[in-house]
Amino acid sequence: MMDTNNTPEFDLASALTVGADEMDSLRSELARRAADDNLLDVTYRTIDTPLGQLLLAATERGLVRVAYEREEFDRVLDTIAQRVSARILRTPARLDDVARELDEYFTGRRTTFDLALDHSLSSGFRAEVQRSLPSIAYGHTASYGEIAALVGRPRAVRAVGTACATNPLPIVVPCHRVVRSDGSYGGYVGGVDAKTKLLTMEGAA
Amino acid sequence: MMNKPFENAIDAHGPTVLRVCRAVLGMTPDADDAWSETFLAALRAWPDLPDDTNVEAWLVRVAQRKTVDVIRARSRQPVPVDELPTSIAGTDGIPHEADPDLWSAVASLPERQRLAVAYHYVGGLPHKETAALIGGTTEAVRRAAADGITRLRTTYGASAAQEGTR
Repeated sequence: MMDTNNTPEFDLASALTVGADEMDSLRSELARRAADDNLLDVTYRTIDTPLGQLLLAATERGLVRVAYEREEFDRVLDTIAQRVSARILRTPARLDDVARELDEYFTGRRTTFDLALDHSLSSGFRAEVQRSLPSIAYGHTASYGEIAALVGRPRAVRAVGTACATNPLPIVVPCHRVVRSDGSYGGYVGGVDAKTKLLTMEGAA
Repeated sequence: MMNKPFENAIDAHGPTVLRVCRAVLGMTPDADDAWSETFLAALRAWPDLPDDTNVEAWLVRVAQRKTVDVIRARSRQPVPVDELPTSIAGTDGIPHEADPDLWSAVASLPERQRLAVAYHYVGGLPHKETAALIGGTTEAVRRAAADGITRLRTTYGASAAQEGTR
């Protein structure tokens, strides 16, 4: 008699196919029901932009994370799971307003964002610096030193640099508008190329 | 405690759990409901789950309880369902790539064989655990699973040869 526990030629589970479209509709239904039961702590999706794919994650309070591909989405999600909540679902149909505003921004039709933000991924001085950044208008730049002065700690130039480098909401919180006092761009969470592109697009370069 | 994104569990195990639900309940909206109930319960429990949990086995066990709930609800319905529906019309009206012959072959297995196959060959649970879930001895469940898979292999081999695509 054949040993039915070892039949590599017949893998039942793989033969019983499940379509990607079926999984998507089940996901949407799950997200809807999870939201009804207050179990949808974090939702995320990715969007295509001129700077490559971006990951967008939101809580009930608002947008909590914008991440560049070079930050590695898996690592970004692991961090959100540890610091915000592990109840994270990919919901392509949600976050539409964020996706739309970013699209408008990248096509030059939007200069400020009108989105609810959740700042729970940053705290202390970094959070304070990040909250001050939207005061730098579209198409303008400020130096790390100017931002340090703005938040009342003129000597904390390096700490301002760290706050920009760890900004959990790049683009929306415009850390790309903070440059060195000599006019060079300095680093950027999305890479110097991305910073150059953003500033060029805004007409600040 | 579990601090990995729940999404990872859907990605890795969502299709397996759907196969188990469909093997038990047929290609029905009930199977989709059982899947949703399973993942909703799992999402609720997720943050408190020990981080060394075998997530797939845990999900399959949750799914088993949810399918039992569905079967109980069915038995309260006035019109008994004595045959599992096997149609696979998608909600989008587009036919899926699923092999209808194989799914209907699974649906037409005798119940014990179907459950033993669903939890062991599809869900990956050991026969002993399947026996604890569906009753009977480990040996009886092992035999039922073996008989079921033999029957499916025959059907599947025949249909694949007929199509000439595999």
